[in-house]
Amino acid sequence: MGTHNYNLSEQFEFAGKAKTLSIVALVIGAAAIAYGFSDHALHERTFSNLLLMAYYFACVCMSGAFFLAVQFVAQAGWSASILRVPQAMARTLPLAAIILIVVCGLGLYTHDLYHHWNAPGLTDPKSPNYDKLIAGKAVFLNVPFFLGRQVIFLGVYSIFAMLLVRLSANEDLAGGLNSYKKSFKYSCIFLVVYGFTTPIFAFDTIMSLEAHWFSTMFGWYNFAAMWVSSLAIMAIIIILLRRSGYMSWVNNSHLHNLGQFIFGFSIFWTYVWFAQFLLIYYANIPEETVYFYKRFENFKFWFFLNLVLNFLTPVLLLMDRDNKRSDNKLLIVSILVLCGHWVDYYQMIMPGTVEDKAGFGPIEIGIAIGFVGLFTFTVLSNLAKKPLIAKNHPFLQESLHHHL
Amino acid sequence: MSNIKYILGSFGDPDEMMHGIEKLQENNIKIYDVYTPMPIHGIEAKLGVKRSRIDVAAFCFGITGTLAAFSLIYFTAVVDWRMNIGGKPAFALPDFIPIMFELTVLFCAFGMVGSYYASTHLFPGRAPRVMDLRATNDRFIIAIDAQQGAEHTKVDSLLKEAGALEVKYNERKYISYE
Repeated sequence: MGTHNYNLSEQFEFAGKAKTLSIVALVIGAAAIAYGFSDHALHERTFSNLLLMAYYFACVCMSGAFFLAVQFVAQAGWSASILRVPQAMARTLPLAAIILIVVCGLGLYTHDLYHHWNAPGLTDPKSPNYDKLIAGKAVFLNVPFFLGRQVIFLGVYSIFAMLLVRLSANEDLAGGLNSYKKSFKYSCIFLVVYGFTTPIFAFDTIMSLEAHWFSTMFGWYNFAAMWVSSLAIMAIIIILLRRSGYMSWVNNSHLHNLGQFIFGFSIFWTYVWFAQFLLIYYANIPEETVYFYKRFENFKFWFFLNLVLNFLTPVLLLMDRDNKRSDNKLLIVSILVLCGHWVDYYQMIMPGTVEDKAGFGPIEIGIAIGFVGLFTFTVLSNLAKKPLIAKNHPFLQESLHHHL
Repeated sequence: MSNIKYILGSFGDPDEMMHGIEKLQENNIKIYDVYTPMPIHGIEAKLGVKRSRIDVAAFCFGITGTLAAFSLIYFTAVVDWRMNIGGKPAFALPDFIPIMFELTVLFCAFGMVGSYYASTHLFPGRAPRVMDLRATNDRFIIAIDAQQGAEHTKVDSLLKEAGALEVKYNERKYISYE
């Protein structure tokens, strides 16, 4: 390996096909939302889809910040040259957080999104709608506390995300180890906060859609899903950037690491998914099995597609070392895993909100495309604001010479 | 024909050894093997060592474990002695999966340890054989098969030029720890 001459002030320019396509996708999304709200019968379905994509969007950006923190705490060197991509995702988190809070708030106040626990009379012993179980949970599951938790969790994640991004920007200007040490410190705090609060965040946003049912595995199950999908998005962005001539310093070894991450955490996702499923299946307690009964009877196709896309695909296609190092194959698997986690969220949300009125059509596809467009547009605009490499990162040389 | 079987160039510095490998290769002298006390980056590529197929072996061992577990449970719980456990069908696949998973891991791990022992001729109770004892300590050894026809004096001078601290002529392939 000789000495490398890379342009360390290389900057991404967000223009041309990427910009046009993301705006087209945004328009398609807007059209799908307008179509969904034009017919009263489709309101709930549209809202469930908005929740799905808003949650997906926020989770992916949160995990971008989580990735940054993990790299700092592990004092990882290999990733130093690709940190700008998760940083762009972390910068998008405040926007994603606002969208998710708005969707949850509108869902609570104007629609029956959380109707399992948020309906008139559920906690009133005199009402015919009185539900003893929900009344017992009302201390935790009530509108102000619910929205307050959403705001606080997403707010704290956003603050840490922006903090890590800003420290890296300062590092570009000032150099030295000061920013790195501070990033390390804040990352440690962030990981503790994140680890304890993401399960609660998932309980709130998704699990409370079916408030009678509960599973302590659910938080980690969602964490695994958001982390894998975020890694897959990072791999896609990096591969596509490299194809259009940017980030020439990213070599197959960096892709290998990302591939290992996607492979390993897909197995972790399956492990948690199965741990939740097996215990419920084996114990066979009606109040727990009802969750899987609904999914298995009415959503059988999605139930199995979920496992095929999120377990079999990465395991069989990414097991081989050469496949992890090949950008074509990693790109295909990453796209499949992303679709797979859409399916995952779909079968988490739909049986609890729209039940038999769920479907797959222009609303689902349109809103998903719209959010992909929004994600692409915002993340790439953020990416274009800073050079593509953190040139003063103390481990930069290790990353540039990364070789497995 | 002399009795010398292997010529060993003993280097004190990995960079000099890498240089020595280049020198020998330039002169078309076939290198039998290289022994180093620590892993050296890029040496496999330089020597043209083929990639290990341990991953393929691991996959095969793993699948064997999965199938072994499945057949065992299937035979005992479905064919030979059906039992009613919690009202579930005898062939309840989700219940099988943890055991199938565990045996996959077990077979895979034992299989790989076994393959490692087999390919390195290293298993408990056997005295390890090495060409030069100091290759396990502080020296980097290039071994050249002396019967291959290269002139010994030329090999000797090439090794010394590259910085070999010592050149040995072994009449036996291995010396052992015994």
